[in-house]
Amino acid sequence: MARVPVQKGIFAWPSAEPRLLGGRCKDCGTYNFPFQTGCPACGGTGIENVELASRGTLWTWTTQNYPPPVPPFLGAVGDDFEPYAAGYVELPGQIRVAARLLEHDPEKLEIGMPMELRIVPLAKDAEGNELMTFAFAPAGA
Amino acid sequence: MQDVAIVGVGMHPFGRWPNENCLEIGAAAVRAALKDAGIEWKDAQFAVGGTYTHWENADGLTRYLGLTGIQFQNVLNNCATGGSMLSAGANLIRCGAFDLGVVVGFDKHERGAFTVPDETYYGKSGLALTIHYFGMKINRYMHLHGISEETLARVAAKNYENGSKNPNAWRTKALSVEEILASPYVAYPLRQYMFCGPDEGGVALVLARADQAHKYTDKPVFLKANQVRTRRYGAFEVNQPTAPIELREGPTQYASRAAFEQAGIGPTDIDIAQLQDTEAGAEVMHMAENGFCKDGEQEALIAAGATKLGGRIPINTDGGCIANGEPVAASGLRQIHESVLQMRGRAGRRQVPKDVKTAYTQVYGAPGVAAVNILTR
Repeated sequence: MARVPVQKGIFAWPSAEPRLLGGRCKDCGTYNFPFQTGCPACGGTGIENVELASRGTLWTWTTQNYPPPVPPFLGAVGDDFEPYAAGYVELPGQIRVAARLLEHDPEKLEIGMPMELRIVPLAKDAEGNELMTFAFAPAGA
Repeated sequence: MQDVAIVGVGMHPFGRWPNENCLEIGAAAVRAALKDAGIEWKDAQFAVGGTYTHWENADGLTRYLGLTGIQFQNVLNNCATGGSMLSAGANLIRCGAFDLGVVVGFDKHERGAFTVPDETYYGKSGLALTIHYFGMKINRYMHLHGISEETLARVAAKNYENGSKNPNAWRTKALSVEEILASPYVAYPLRQYMFCGPDEGGVALVLARADQAHKYTDKPVFLKANQVRTRRYGAFEVNQPTAPIELREGPTQYASRAAFEQAGIGPTDIDIAQLQDTEAGAEVMHMAENGFCKDGEQEALIAAGATKLGGRIPINTDGGCIANGEPVAASGLRQIHESVLQMRGRAGRRQVPKDVKTAYTQVYGAPGVAAVNILTR
């Protein structure tokens, strides 16, 4: 049993300071995530690999109050489902990334609040490996 | 170039129809539209159709109508399918290829919310849900423009009230603002009774060359503008793992401007509007995106009843998606069906108390597609 990323190549981990792995267009400078071979802004194909910032601010958010459809969702459903929040975190000068948030209380979430990247368990696979995904937590929490 | 008229409309009511298959629902809508135009299926020179839930394409319904060998184009553009089908059908008449044809959309969805079959980390982690986009877009909009949760509830209550006066609607029970605000959050700040749901139904139109419209009806409605647009980089769109930092306007905004330019009129000239209301927040934001008010003005306009049947600009007079549900390929044509009934003065208990000379429709769908139509008498 091991801890493995839910998808290869989307974040650098294990690491003391994990990073999301994105791309940057050499022609127009537009960032993308996950890394993709064509630029959505200009169509350029010269995309360089970049590590994205691990801190940003919450641009907007919502909550998921019932279990998502399975598939594709891998997390716990049924009685074990735990409501969560999702949001876009703005990584300054780069891009806004959609992510799970590690706080889902509407009273404790606020547009503009500082957030930081975490790598967290999502589910177990058939071999008993723990599948890890990324999420953002309120900074310092 | 020929102008285009809508000379017949027909609808299979929206809801749950356990005893009818998907094609039968579509065929019933076509028969109703043909009857309305006083023609038969064999008179149709072409057809454009769409369905998401029948495997052999919309074309399959022709076996319920009589197989006549005509050109039948199948069109899918998610929630913007209706406007896209109308564009395809209208262009066949505009260019002179045909004089008379049918456009039909129908669907029979399973119960429950739409699923997004994304097998990347995005779907696996629970991020590939369209409701997240709706919740996040209106949450930020409310933060920026001072829209309250009460306003969202008023929009939903208005649409349920209109639906209660519409025998073709799925949700026919009026719900109060208080009942809507007491329903649980589904995707903050959106609550259960603020959402539409996928269901079953079909709508068909008969299109004709405008100069021949009076052969079929004494109350033709003319398609003055029809614009379909997709997103540009910088738009904030549904089901996107990232969003750009420098935002640009979305496809609804420039489809709307192009439609007004094509029709040669402006938003204040519109008598009624049908706007995509996948949930209550969408209707609020689409009021501004389509030019009917400025950002933030919705709060006062909706509180004053401006969008109700008797208001200055009635919106979603048949109850919209919230009361009708969304058989995806039929939904945009439902807006046209309702507009035509209102313009004929035949909308029954939901008829708006003014002479409807102009009508506006807008649909928006994934992954960032909008279609806008302007109709005149």
